[in-house]
Amino acid sequence: MTVTSTEPTVAALWETLNSRVTRGMRFAGLFAARRDDGMTLSAHVAAPEGIDTLESPLAPGAVSYPALTPLIGAAFWYERVIHDETGLIPEGHPRLAPLVAPGSPEDHALPRHVAGYGLFTIPHGPVRSGVFESMEYLVETPGEAIPHLNMRIFYKHRGIAARFTGLTVADGTLLAERAEGIASVAHALAYCHAVETIAGCAVPVEAALIRVVHAELERIANHLDVAMRLADAAGLAVATARFALHKERVMRLVGELCGSRFGRGVVVPGGVSAFPRKRPAEILAAIGPLEKEITADAELLMGTSSFLDRLRGTGPLNADRAREHGALGPIGKASGYADDARLARPYDAYPLLRAEPVGEHSAGDAMIRLRVRFEEIAQAFRLIRHALSDFPERTRLTLHSPCDPLDGRATGWAEAPQGEVLYDVTIEGGRIAHCQPRSASFHNLVLMHEVFAGDILTDFPFIEASFGLSVAGAAL
Amino acid sequence: MSIWVLRGLRDGVVTTRWPRRPDEYADSWRGPATVSSDAVSSDAVSSDAVVADGAELEWLCPTGAIEVIDRVRVDQGRCILCGRCVAARPDLFAWSEGATAPAAAAVTRQALVVPPEPGAEEAIATARAALAARTAALRRSVHVRHVDAGSDGSEEWEIQALLGPVYDVHRLGVFFTASPRHADVLMVTGAGTVGMSGPLRTTYDGMPDPKVVIAVGTDAVSGGLLSDRLSGVADAVPVDVWVPGSPPSPFAILNALLIATGKLTPGTRR
Repeated sequence: MTVTSTEPTVAALWETLNSRVTRGMRFAGLFAARRDDGMTLSAHVAAPEGIDTLESPLAPGAVSYPALTPLIGAAFWYERVIHDETGLIPEGHPRLAPLVAPGSPEDHALPRHVAGYGLFTIPHGPVRSGVFESMEYLVETPGEAIPHLNMRIFYKHRGIAARFTGLTVADGTLLAERAEGIASVAHALAYCHAVETIAGCAVPVEAALIRVVHAELERIANHLDVAMRLADAAGLAVATARFALHKERVMRLVGELCGSRFGRGVVVPGGVSAFPRKRPAEILAAIGPLEKEITADAELLMGTSSFLDRLRGTGPLNADRAREHGALGPIGKASGYADDARLARPYDAYPLLRAEPVGEHSAGDAMIRLRVRFEEIAQAFRLIRHALSDFPERTRLTLHSPCDPLDGRATGWAEAPQGEVLYDVTIEGGRIAHCQPRSASFHNLVLMHEVFAGDILTDFPFIEASFGLSVAGAAL
Repeated sequence: MSIWVLRGLRDGVVTTRWPRRPDEYADSWRGPATVSSDAVSSDAVSSDAVVADGAELEWLCPTGAIEVIDRVRVDQGRCILCGRCVAARPDLFAWSEGATAPAAAAVTRQALVVPPEPGAEEAIATARAALAARTAALRRSVHVRHVDAGSDGSEEWEIQALLGPVYDVHRLGVFFTASPRHADVLMVTGAGTVGMSGPLRTTYDGMPDPKVVIAVGTDAVSGGLLSDRLSGVADAVPVDVWVPGSPPSPFAILNALLIATGKLTPGTRR
């Protein structure tokens, strides 16, 4: 599935990469790592059959390379991370400010990009009003409009990628679950898919179905969280409480199935750790009323005009930019760019369950992003019902096949609630030699720079909530 | 808009009555791993065979929470609830039960190590008395400021849940505040990243006395899986109440909040 091709020079690598992207493939990531005898640049491209990895070694002792960002804009943040983590200088990069590692105290100063009378910068964060993850927004404004927004995520950079090195394959799953805590199942899946590809092991069908159930419950909980935050931003107290209640019920259901409210410990390399603690019929009985209530409240919310007035036309991402950047998950779908890993590069039980795509949209504003999320909730319930009604009787007790990879490298992927998650895993001698996670949060967050066309300060919480991203996943 | 009012009445009261009444969900909830009570009472934790297996037992835990010197100890402040020890040696290890059980929050870091050392009770009682004296003025109305110092994002969800209809901390006189100047309690999550140590300290310094710090989650207590490079938040701020869990459940966080403000005394059941 994963094809790795090596180019002799960085220029040749960019040429190959660019020709693939112009043919319609999606740029999915760029990383630098010390491999074998020197630094290597690895780019990921989402091809129809899988995620390809293209590489080029840098000359020994090289301190710079020609930047990719001028050719492919989506590499903007990736190259800043490369600069932060390795010190390599991408020559020709438009703005090489620190992103995940603050270098000096000056890096904390307030930059100004827009000049004009009466303009000032509001530093919003890292400690913000309410219960939020830490990050800093630098809002440049004349008082109402937001001509420029800058983001700093280095406050909570934990060094997850580096932590993987040296771990056992089993411990890697535990760390993957904690890379982006609200998408634990998706991260564990993407990691395990890579490991399973290396080991060449197949996941038993029961395990594949259980994985789908947990991945979809996670999606429902995440989308309900976004609906709750949007209702909260609009000051709809009852709607906020209703969606908080639904989310709590979904999380309790997940907890009853596996012992963790976040589905941790379910996914293991080669399958899943155990049967759910409820029988399929019991789970179906539990999700029936849940779906009914969520659907009713979603319909009411999408018919509440005072709420929709705040979302309609707010924070629009236009379709061209979404395609150019390869926007992932609900953000991409709302702007007419739907590349859903469950449909395009299906894994686990998704090929059996014949997932249907959500409706086509193009407006790309906060309202459509919420609509996509509600459609995905409905789709998730369908998938869960389908998975459980086809669930075989408990005849076999093998929920995971042996999975002990010795050496090799592969890329695994899974569709998190935020979009596609990638794991590029290298195993040597049975231990992780290198593991580079890439969350949808990281890939999508940079787009928030561009969606403030005509929006004002009071639109900010709506736009932020409608993105539904996790800072932990972005900063890693 | 009136439809929303009716919709709000649809499910009746969903709010827990805890702590005034027991809550089944809180009591059934699984907490960090512990040394099983049978193994303690039968002295299996210090038997020769177990001590001889020491290195192997310590290797079971990915975060080094198990220590075998003369006897088996589990540092719950390091437990990320992966359950490997319970699966491999059910004779020695078990899940602690109940999100509001005594073990769910501790007033000293040492109190998270089980089984407790002789004399540990005294240190806990001293710490508890000091905390109670300090927070005597906070009992009726408490304002909380949350700071994320490098969490994985899940702790924020569980803290946010406290504001939802099921846990609804407003009924207990607890409010979340934007300004540290108005805050009595600082809830800190995350492994204590370099980038957040400054903002965390600034927030703490901005709070008026008396103030209480709660470390929420195993990451905040010890760094969890990242403990080789990050050691939790205690280096940046003085922690008063420690809540292990990856992440701790909303009940465990609520329990810690009530202990911190003297509305509950740790180790006693209602």
